[in-house]
Amino acid sequence: MQKVIREKAIELLRSGKVDRVLGWKEGEFFYDQTPHLFLSPEEVERTFVYNGFSGANLSKYLVKEGLKEGVVAVFLKPCDTYSFSQLLKEHRIARDKIWAVGIPCEGKLDIELLRKMGIRGIKTIEEKGDELLVSTIYGEKTVAKKDVLAERCANCKSRKHVLYDELLGEEGEVLDSARFDQIEKLEQMTSEERFAFWQNELSRCIRCNACRNVCPACTCEKCVFDNADSGIASKAPASSFEEQNFHIIRAFHVVGRCTDCGECSRVCPQGIPLHLINRKFIKDINAFYGAYQAGENPDERAPLTNYSTEDMEPGDVFKKGE
Amino acid sequence: MKSISLSNLPELLSAIAAKEALYLPVDTKEGAEYKAYAEGDSLSLACNTNRSAKDFFFPQVEDMAAFKVEGKKIEIIDVRKETEDFVIFGARACDVKSFEVLDRVFLADPVDTFYKNRREHSTVVALACSAPEETCFCSSFGIDAAEPQGDVSAWIAEGRMFFKPNTQKGETLLSALSALLEESDGAAVEKAKEETRTIMGQLPLQNLPTEHFKPEKLMEHFNDPKWKELSQACIGCGTCTFVCPTCQCFDIRDFDTGNGIQRYRCWDSCMYSDFTQMAADQPRHTQLERFRQRFMHKLVYYPANNEGLFGCVGCGRCLAKCPISMNIAKVMKALGGDK
Ligand code: SF4
Ligand code: SF4
Ligand code: SF4
Ligand code: SF4
Ligand code: SF4
Repeated sequence: MQKVIREKAIELLRSGKVDRVLGWKEGEFFYDQTPHLFLSPEEVERTFVYNGFSGANLSKYLVKEGLKEGVVAVFLKPCDTYSFSQLLKEHRIARDKIWAVGIPCEGKLDIELLRKMGIRGIKTIEEKGDELLVSTIYGEKTVAKKDVLAERCANCKSRKHVLYDELLGEEGEVLDSARFDQIEKLEQMTSEERFAFWQNELSRCIRCNACRNVCPACTCEKCVFDNADSGIASKAPASSFEEQNFHIIRAFHVVGRCTDCGECSRVCPQGIPLHLINRKFIKDINAFYGAYQAGENPDERAPLTNYSTEDMEPGDVFKKGE
Repeated sequence: MKSISLSNLPELLSAIAAKEALYLPVDTKEGAEYKAYAEGDSLSLACNTNRSAKDFFFPQVEDMAAFKVEGKKIEIIDVRKETEDFVIFGARACDVKSFEVLDRVFLADPVDTFYKNRREHSTVVALACSAPEETCFCSSFGIDAAEPQGDVSAWIAEGRMFFKPNTQKGETLLSALSALLEESDGAAVEKAKEETRTIMGQLPLQNLPTEHFKPEKLMEHFNDPKWKELSQACIGCGTCTFVCPTCQCFDIRDFDTGNGIQRYRCWDSCMYSDFTQMAADQPRHTQLERFRQRFMHKLVYYPANNEGLFGCVGCGRCLAKCPISMNIAKVMKALGGDK
């Protein structure tokens, strides 16, 4: 697929259809790719990569790119198109400045899972069918891809691109994923158990803001937590409650807009399962207002900015807590 | 040289913990982290914790002073207190070197009394690395992972842990534990050091270019057109700065308690849009400038002011943790002419 994508990028640049191409640039060790703006076909040929570790969702960069002169091409995996469509719905991206190319995805891999298997000192990784051949300074290892699939990909909600200008490869389907299973487990806990679970997870937060800054739903020009005038600006977790406060507020700000792209959990340096917070909200919306996934349907109204007589009464929420 | 069998290490750890506070890296489901020792904890052998050991001397948040307001009277309350003695057991050579980088900032005039207090009450037992990661590049900065500094140097070899005191504090700690330690020769340690150095020699980033970062090249590096490309994907989070053992910037804030003020400091990040924001303006308006600041500080400004000592110790945390995999190794290669 990398070959096809590179060829497409080169063709788009050569034909003058686009001025820049947003893609992934190779790193030092196969897995450490950086989102990159390619300006010439030569650069694409030299350093453009697309493989199991091209996990970064490029759609948020389009907010910034859309403000520049000229057209940018972007390669979007199925879940990335959800973010793209949601950003367009929120009028955050200048649509005419973007050439969106949908690309297939077989699930992205999580380097942390390799590390958890005890694989250290990686020199090179080679993808071979369903396997990864990992060469390390301590020896060779073969790993089944399915064992190091990123959580969001193991529970992929859709292989279907919701929006694009052109598509490379075959279109996939919306999947019947198991992404709410873990939420159900959390719901079955007693409130004390659940509190202890989150206390343990969130107490590790270092307030680095990576989750917020990477999130395609967090596009405020000035986040309340950075705004000294808001009265709640904070740069550090002063108490364990403050971390929870930050995460709860952020979750409320993206509710009904979170596409479950999984970027927040991917980037967290402390391995906090942030997706569980947002998925709980998605699950509740499904239950209270009917099935809805942000980003899935560009024309559908969002439940929290819509009114229907079928909506649940706010009071019912209180009853649920009883 | 003193040593103890690894099977008796738990006894040694409890003996230290009985004497003073003990912190050590332990394995968690999300990698190694420092924690206060509890009976039954075992030392992590991972090369490097998620968070660095700087937390012990320069914690993420700390209270600095309090003010009590009564009418027109303001009372200043000194909240400083003596820190208890503590031992950090198992810090790696890179983190130990980071203490020197921090010392030159916090112990220079005006001395940071909070930091000094903690430094004075600590004893650092540094553990040589036996299984470095691909992200490790301490050797690029002349740090020898096989010969960590600290109050006591320690090695694991042939089923035993060996200790060598380097300072008076180190001597004191080891003599307090002498009942548990045996005298042994250093042959096994020499072999272990050789093994570590052989591995270090195979690390992909062992030899990053450092010779370019001279003070006289400051403007050349500052104006390098490559910063644009290097910084363009940076999302301006603080991950690289917060996990970094040598990042030292902090912000001081006042919290209004209603009838007084709680003054605290917390880590700040040059990657943040409000970094060094002043009433009139701030010096860096774009992410390019902020990004450049972080790397120029470590590679050019800091060494220019500290006899060539680099402000990076090659621990590799920013390589492993940056959401976009942009990091100091890539910057060094780009600015150093390679790639
Ligand atoms: S990315 Fe992780 S550590 Fe950083 S602020 Fe978010 S939850 Fe906290
Ligand atoms: S909250 Fe997380 S999963 Fe949801 S849109 Fe933001 S980054 Fe993606
Ligand atoms: S800049 Fe990166 S590699 Fe260097 S000391 Fe800081 S975290 Fe470690
Ligand atoms: S950077 Fe060097 S000292 Fe630090 S953990 Fe790696 S090998 Fe050890
Ligand atoms: S370099 Fe990476 S970790 Fe540092 S601020 Fe930029 S995106 Fe965040």
